[in-house]
Amino acid sequence: MKKQGYVIIGNSTAAAGCIGAIRKLDMQSPITVVSKEPHHIYSRPLISYLLLGKTDRERMLYRPRDFYEKNRVTLLSGIAAQSIDPQAQRVALADGTILPYDELLVATGSSPFLPPTEGIEQVKKHFTFMTLDDALALQAALSADSRVLIIGAGLIGLKCAEGIRHLVRSIDVVDMAGRILPSILDEDGAKIVQTHLEQQGIRFHLAAKVAQYQGQQALLDNGETIPFDVVVTAVGVRPNVQLVQDAGGEIRRGIATDAFCRTSLPHVYAAGDCAESRDIVSGQERVLALLPNAYMQGECAGYTMAGKPTPYDSAIAMNAIGFFGLHVLSAGNYEGEALTTQGNGRYKKLFVKDGMLNGYILIGNVDRAGIYTALVRNRTPLAEVDFQKMQISPQMIDFSQTVRKAALAAPH
Amino acid sequence: MKRVYVNEEWCLGCHLCEYYCAFSNSGETNMVRALKDKAIYPRIQVEGDNNFSFAVSCRHCDEPLCVKGCISGALSVSGGVIRLDTEKCVGCYTCILSCPYGAITINADHGVQKCELCPAREGVPACVEGCPNRALVWEERQ
Amino acid sequence: MAIQYIYPEFEVVRNADRCIGCRVCERQCANEVHRFDPESGKMMADESKCVNCHRCVSLCPVRALKIVKSDHTFRPNFNWSGDAINQVYQQAGTGGVLLSSMGNPNPYPIYWDKLLINASQVTNPSIDPLREPMETKTFLGKKTPCIRRDGQGRLIPERSPRLELSTPILFSAMSYGSISYNAHASLARAAKALGIYYNTGEGGLHKDFYEYGPNTIVQVASGRFGVHKDYLNTGAAIEIKIGQGAKPGIGGHLPGAKIVEDVSKTRMIPQGTDAISPAPHHDIYSIEDLRQLVFSLKEAVNYEKPVIVKVAAVHNIAAIASGIARSGADIIAIDGFRGGTGAAPTRIRDNIGIPIELALASVDQRLREEGIRGNVSIVVGGSIRSSADVVKAVALGADAVYIGTAALLSLGCHLCRSCHAGKCNWGIATQRPDLVKRLNPEIGTQRLINLVHAWTHEIKEMMGGMGINSIEALRGNRLMLRGVGLNDRELSILGVKHAGE
Repeated sequence: MKKQGYVIIGNSTAAAGCIGAIRKLDMQSPITVVSKEPHHIYSRPLISYLLLGKTDRERMLYRPRDFYEKNRVTLLSGIAAQSIDPQAQRVALADGTILPYDELLVATGSSPFLPPTEGIEQVKKHFTFMTLDDALALQAALSADSRVLIIGAGLIGLKCAEGIRHLVRSIDVVDMAGRILPSILDEDGAKIVQTHLEQQGIRFHLAAKVAQYQGQQALLDNGETIPFDVVVTAVGVRPNVQLVQDAGGEIRRGIATDAFCRTSLPHVYAAGDCAESRDIVSGQERVLALLPNAYMQGECAGYTMAGKPTPYDSAIAMNAIGFFGLHVLSAGNYEGEALTTQGNGRYKKLFVKDGMLNGYILIGNVDRAGIYTALVRNRTPLAEVDFQKMQISPQMIDFSQTVRKAALAAPH
Repeated sequence: MKRVYVNEEWCLGCHLCEYYCAFSNSGETNMVRALKDKAIYPRIQVEGDNNFSFAVSCRHCDEPLCVKGCISGALSVSGGVIRLDTEKCVGCYTCILSCPYGAITINADHGVQKCELCPAREGVPACVEGCPNRALVWEERQ
Repeated sequence: MAIQYIYPEFEVVRNADRCIGCRVCERQCANEVHRFDPESGKMMADESKCVNCHRCVSLCPVRALKIVKSDHTFRPNFNWSGDAINQVYQQAGTGGVLLSSMGNPNPYPIYWDKLLINASQVTNPSIDPLREPMETKTFLGKKTPCIRRDGQGRLIPERSPRLELSTPILFSAMSYGSISYNAHASLARAAKALGIYYNTGEGGLHKDFYEYGPNTIVQVASGRFGVHKDYLNTGAAIEIKIGQGAKPGIGGHLPGAKIVEDVSKTRMIPQGTDAISPAPHHDIYSIEDLRQLVFSLKEAVNYEKPVIVKVAAVHNIAAIASGIARSGADIIAIDGFRGGTGAAPTRIRDNIGIPIELALASVDQRLREEGIRGNVSIVVGGSIRSSADVVKAVALGADAVYIGTAALLSLGCHLCRSCHAGKCNWGIATQRPDLVKRLNPEIGTQRLINLVHAWTHEIKEMMGGMGINSIEALRGNRLMLRGVGLNDRELSILGVKHAGE
């Protein structure tokens, strides 16, 4: 039992993971969640599905309505945390409340990066696409006549495009990179997805950037001019590191953490999009701003905070994303020998390095992709599996009998 | 708790588990009406051929990567069983990306589906009951 | 294409309203009767390959299948039956001896069905086996004719080696080779659990089954396959197989195709070679020779295990049994003409030997008359189909019965009588690994145990009805039987009165 209890700053995925873990070990100590957003915990990535009509406000709740009550959590929502005093083990909130803690999790997420562009301040309908409030505001600004300009052909920009395509007249997407989804797709894969999106009437302007906004026109650096009614900027995010930075914690690209999600400040942990973790494929510390990663970081932090140090040692990059029925699954990194199979609107690229599967990209047919992910995550030597066959389709049959029995016949 | 375990040495590759699964999850009371002239989307899949085969379905892991990675909260653990709330699911396929056994599959409507141990039956799951050779068993193992 | 003389015997009837196209019939038919036609999206059948084994019928989840006898017919002819005509066609086509499996299916008299069991009414009480002890335990082996005491009056132990059975049932000899590893495993495990015995047949004993030795009868047949010192010493008893009810007077022939690696090791013969058991034992041409083998074997096992001599029921069975009872053997096993087989020439199976009921009655009678009935126990086999057959056999004088076909039925056999084809869809009479694994010994063992338990219950019920509380008291108690529809000669051989007498 911790007297002051646990404080979590942030009310999203990492917080949920943390709460779940703490309550497995400690049902007694108080947990307080501080959140800037005035909402019950909801799923951030679902905001595009909300606009698409595939979910609604109620269904997009990440955890049930009684989540806080059942887990004996006090939620202070709509209040930002202002500062952390690691010596006194206290958090100061914007409304003047001081929250003492025994253990603190910083799960502040990230914020959209807004590149300085000439004339952007004059654009009346300019949005970002990160939060529920962002999505609701954007939705309110759209009409069937809207011409939407999306800056950024990354995951957020394109999910936004999918979400609003049926609501608007046209969508133009501009990206500095020469291909769409540059962080998760290679060139060939990007082309397939781009073509698919173009068939939905989305126009792309790649290897270009907006030089200047003039009223309702964007002038690109390649000379093109795009008329628009609404702009959505989605060029990337920046981890929200301010609180930890101000308190003297170590910051690299995100908040620096060890394997147990501990920051350099005592009793202060960090998880989710604000924090770094160790990518076990590359061996590098990096911000893996991915939902599963946030959950598992939060969970390990929670266990550790509650007195059972638990390392998070299986972080890999992984993404599942779909646009208009075309699904793209990827994991790991793309170094190594690339084995490509292509045809019938399907695309598969496996990256093999040092006798291990380093990463993969699947487009179209994604059946049982998790078996590939497990090869990446477990760093399985490919010599231990029948990779010739597994290359064609991922199957349990291509593992050794020992592995298979452990998976399918061993008690768990 | 009781789970479905696979005895691969006794699997005949008859695929009956798939059909009993599809029937059990069809909501119909008659197998013919449930499955006749339809493509089936079972939550258990047989791998292999006549000579060597076995069936794979959700292992209901203690540390379920699918649940941890689910972006919508549609997957949850309840009483040791991993359940899918299809109302909440948006079909992002992160679970397909996550499951190390390939046990989560795509259904007729392009959503996902997984074994939930036949909640409507309250007893032995249909795949186990339909297995003619005890290649699938429903038991507690320590 | 040559003229197809033989029209398929069965029709595969598929209810199209039910068939869901799961193709389990196709996957499970080793005879490749069923086939999915992708163009029409329908299942098709080639009934010419169907042996009516019911595998598809049993596994069809929607009961869309049944197999019926074709009503295609020859012009009716009492003398020339369809079967007789087809067999001529077959032999005219192949020039070969016809082969069959399992027991003689022809309509010879079944004496069990003409014998009825007695029950107590008023003048003597019946016994309720659920309330009172009822003994089915029996011992097989030589009975000590008289007891002797030493100077202090203590008994001098002189007991011959014997087998103890919890119930008077044993599993008949079926070799590993003729039946599968999993069938053997099921029999061995069930015998152990039941406190009875199974029999290796002449195929030797797989090393995996040595642990069941205390419940194993090891056979020594004319081919001497798999016989060695450890083998003899592992079993609880040794059986010298002279003959088999399904094919008296001829040897055995296990085709090379069934001599797969494990079978070859167990039989101690090269892989892929035919295993030919000679018709006679070439070292046994007389009772005296038999005696030599009996004692050689006893010597090999230090006189610690009983020796069984198994013969087919043939015309002179009583005299033969008398000889065996004097040979030093402890148990005589007699196999009737309906006994099963993994393969036998059809003519032999269907025409050689005599009914077990008559053989048993005459052997028991003869041995009693000669005062040597106590020298041996008598075990009979050759189509014991139910507990009633067991009770009738015991009342006719048997100490116990061998069951083979009934045991196989409980393992899933559907009596399609195609064992010789080696493609048993039930995983019993085959060595094809994909088929063998269809018989999970866990299931097989349980079904065998269930069967013997059920029969034992019924035996107790029938004994109780007769007012008999011990199986030993029923043995040879022919007053407990009456014949129906039998002539005087049959009644006299059976030693029973006609019903009403």
